[in-house]
Amino acid sequence: MSRSSNNSNTDSLALVLKALIRHRLFIPIAFLVFLLLINVFINPGFLRITLGRDSGGNPVLIGNLINILSNATELVILAIGMTLVTASSRGQDISVGATVAIAGGVIMRILCGNETQPTVLHAPIILALLLGCLAGMACGAFNGILVSKFKIQPMVATLILFTAGRSIGSMAMGGLKPKAAAAFGYYGNFIPGFPVPTPILITIAVVAVTFLVLKKTNLGLYTKAVGINDKSSSLNGLNPALIKFLTFVILGLCVGIAGFVQSSRVQTVNPYTIVPGIEMDVILAVALGGNSLGGGRFNMAGSIIGGYTIQTLTSMLTTLNVNTNAVPVFKAAIIIILVVIQSPIVKSFFGNKVTISKPTVGDGKERG
Amino acid sequence: MRGIYKSFPGVRALQNVDFTLCEGEIHALMGENGAGKSTLIKVLTGVYTKDAGEICIKGITKPVHIKSPQEAQKLGISTVYQEITLCPNLTVAENLFIGRTNDLFVNWKKRNNKAESILKGLGIPAKPAQQLSSCSIAVQQMVAIARAIDMDCKVLILDEPTSSLDEQEVSKLFTLMRELKGRGVGIVFVTHFLEQVYEVCDKITVLRNGELVGKYQIKDLPRVELVAKMMGKELGDLADIHNKTQSSNRDSKEVIIETEGLSSTSGIKPFHFTAHKGEVTGFAGLLGSGRSECVRAIFGADKVTKGKLRIKGDNVNITAPIKAMKKGIGYLSEDRKRDGIIGDLSVRENIILALQVMQGFFKPFTKAQAQAFADEYISLLGIKTATADTPMNSLSGGNQQKVILARWLLTHPDYLILDEPTRGIDIGTKVEIQKLVLKLASEGMSITFISSEIEEMLRTCSRLIVMRDLYVVGELNGEDMTQDKIMYTIAGGVSQNVQKQ
Repeated sequence: MSRSSNNSNTDSLALVLKALIRHRLFIPIAFLVFLLLINVFINPGFLRITLGRDSGGNPVLIGNLINILSNATELVILAIGMTLVTASSRGQDISVGATVAIAGGVIMRILCGNETQPTVLHAPIILALLLGCLAGMACGAFNGILVSKFKIQPMVATLILFTAGRSIGSMAMGGLKPKAAAAFGYYGNFIPGFPVPTPILITIAVVAVTFLVLKKTNLGLYTKAVGINDKSSSLNGLNPALIKFLTFVILGLCVGIAGFVQSSRVQTVNPYTIVPGIEMDVILAVALGGNSLGGGRFNMAGSIIGGYTIQTLTSMLTTLNVNTNAVPVFKAAIIIILVVIQSPIVKSFFGNKVTISKPTVGDGKERG
Repeated sequence: MRGIYKSFPGVRALQNVDFTLCEGEIHALMGENGAGKSTLIKVLTGVYTKDAGEICIKGITKPVHIKSPQEAQKLGISTVYQEITLCPNLTVAENLFIGRTNDLFVNWKKRNNKAESILKGLGIPAKPAQQLSSCSIAVQQMVAIARAIDMDCKVLILDEPTSSLDEQEVSKLFTLMRELKGRGVGIVFVTHFLEQVYEVCDKITVLRNGELVGKYQIKDLPRVELVAKMMGKELGDLADIHNKTQSSNRDSKEVIIETEGLSSTSGIKPFHFTAHKGEVTGFAGLLGSGRSECVRAIFGADKVTKGKLRIKGDNVNITAPIKAMKKGIGYLSEDRKRDGIIGDLSVRENIILALQVMQGFFKPFTKAQAQAFADEYISLLGIKTATADTPMNSLSGGNQQKVILARWLLTHPDYLILDEPTRGIDIGTKVEIQKLVLKLASEGMSITFISSEIEEMLRTCSRLIVMRDLYVVGELNGEDMTQDKIMYTIAGGVSQNVQKQ
């Protein structure tokens, strides 16, 4: 290090560059930037944000970026919970799409009662949100007990709600498909008079709370410790089962919030089609963020960036007028590339290349 | 087997080891952990290839080269491991025959009949159509043996077959072993239960540190000498180095830990034990004698089933490690890799973990606090690490152990349990740790020190609890703490439970 620091400018630049490349957020951010650049290339006006007016004459921000930020809300919120579940239980919850349907169903039932076109809300929205979150957390608790207490593999345990969840959501609504009063729509769209879409505000709030919790509690340390070595953790006074359970409940809370935002977007819920296939997008977001799906250490910022990356990809394919049925194929192709780039084999291959081409850089071995 | 050599990178696992097994004998292969028993067996069964030496088998003129377990089986050498290697979801008959033919079509009725006759012939209480997992572990083991026998094995290797069996099951297994012996099968029996060796074996071969110590007829080798040979000490050949300082006035000191008939789910027999302030106690005994299980019960790492535990005179009910930690107990576990380190976390996080957990979920240390703790102990214990941010995995074994030690010292326990703190680490670090133990004790900490190395225990402990086969069989202190006495006690001590009666 000392040798290279007093050397020429190019050397120190190389060092900074190298530190940048080695940073754990480099690949997730780089890929997001790359996708955005492609978008700009296709559509030079991609980054433009304008202030317009909606049909009611209220000021609203309009633009592709705003759409992406707004539409990624559910994905990002779920990715936060999924990151913790992945880290602690070394597996994934595949039931999040179905449990969003349950939470959404509960919210609609609270707001609409047994009517299909109520003109007023049947209960305060805050009550609906709370009960929706409670429903999500109950689902999380169910999954959590199966995983932590009965030691069922997360994917198998969550297969139960994956299969049954959407029907349960339909039952929660009493088999009806009600549409809630327009006031409920503020949370998935705009609050009249305020130009920023509400989902973006909700995302900011959830992300802020997440980082606050990670800073002010030991959730992060405990989750990592249990995911890396649960035997050691239990000998250090931790209760691995309880911590795994807790992460599932937290994911359940995320499901509740996501269900709230999603059902507010069109003020109605079709439990069988709401957030289709989102569980796989969420898991991909976690993987794209540079997290090992085998658990242990996690990178929350990475998962959040991963969520936005996937949303950017989806909206890019939509603007390119790719046939809706063909979207998954393109998505899959791009994701394969991304995941392979981040795989240990490719990483170590490029790592070797770097050390061979720049043998003068002193700290290569220490960190590798 | 003659003059077998085998080395792994950095380790000489076997050096010039001879081993002879005759027809119709039960031959015990004995040695402490790391003595080379399993390596020798793996060379014999073709899992490892030998570096030098030769293996001769009756009826084959030339020395044989065994390259794979399949080849070993063809030569009539079969192994039954501690963990059952059969398929629990298949039936007994399927397990007996699976993988032995290439026939596409199988007449299962015929198979089942044949299986029945095999099982009957050996007196194994199982039905051919029964699913294997519904049999007891002992029966599963017997089925594995039956499979080996039916493949015309001449040499049967039983690697720790009795460790998960209860007494009745063990005696059933021994009946089967004697039956096979009568049929002319040579059996290699690996175990750490001394009693069992003297019950069924004819000869004993002892290994130590990869070298052959000797081959003995069972009647020529009293138990105490076997213990001595395994530990590598001749009786009477002793340098008296033990630490007498604290043994005299211990009765006047405050009692920190007291157990009364404590036992746990690990199978440990109820034991009585006291630890005083400023005292270093030790649990001595062979591997698997229950040393770790005793301290794990005190720490709440295994579920306590019976008995009482008093800490500083108060009855406590420890149901989980966190409760023990809050009462001032620290436990450095035996298996560093499996139960100690959190490999992917940084050195800093590994150091603060236990204290952090005691502190509570909502009170994380700030980064500066954590760094201060880490720096303090990194310099105090001389931990060699690039930074406190370095992942634990990239440290050497000795330094990892120091990190774990730091973790527990940071909690400032009244009673610290060190289970094999010096295993697998270099001699310099070992001495440092021993000195540290004595220093901590002189400052008033009560310490329990467990080690497989007797000298180390004699040097550091002021009182020794001696264990055999999950029983406490004696307690030595002061003048009695010599290697001779320890070995005699391990070999012939009377269990605490019997003493009480």
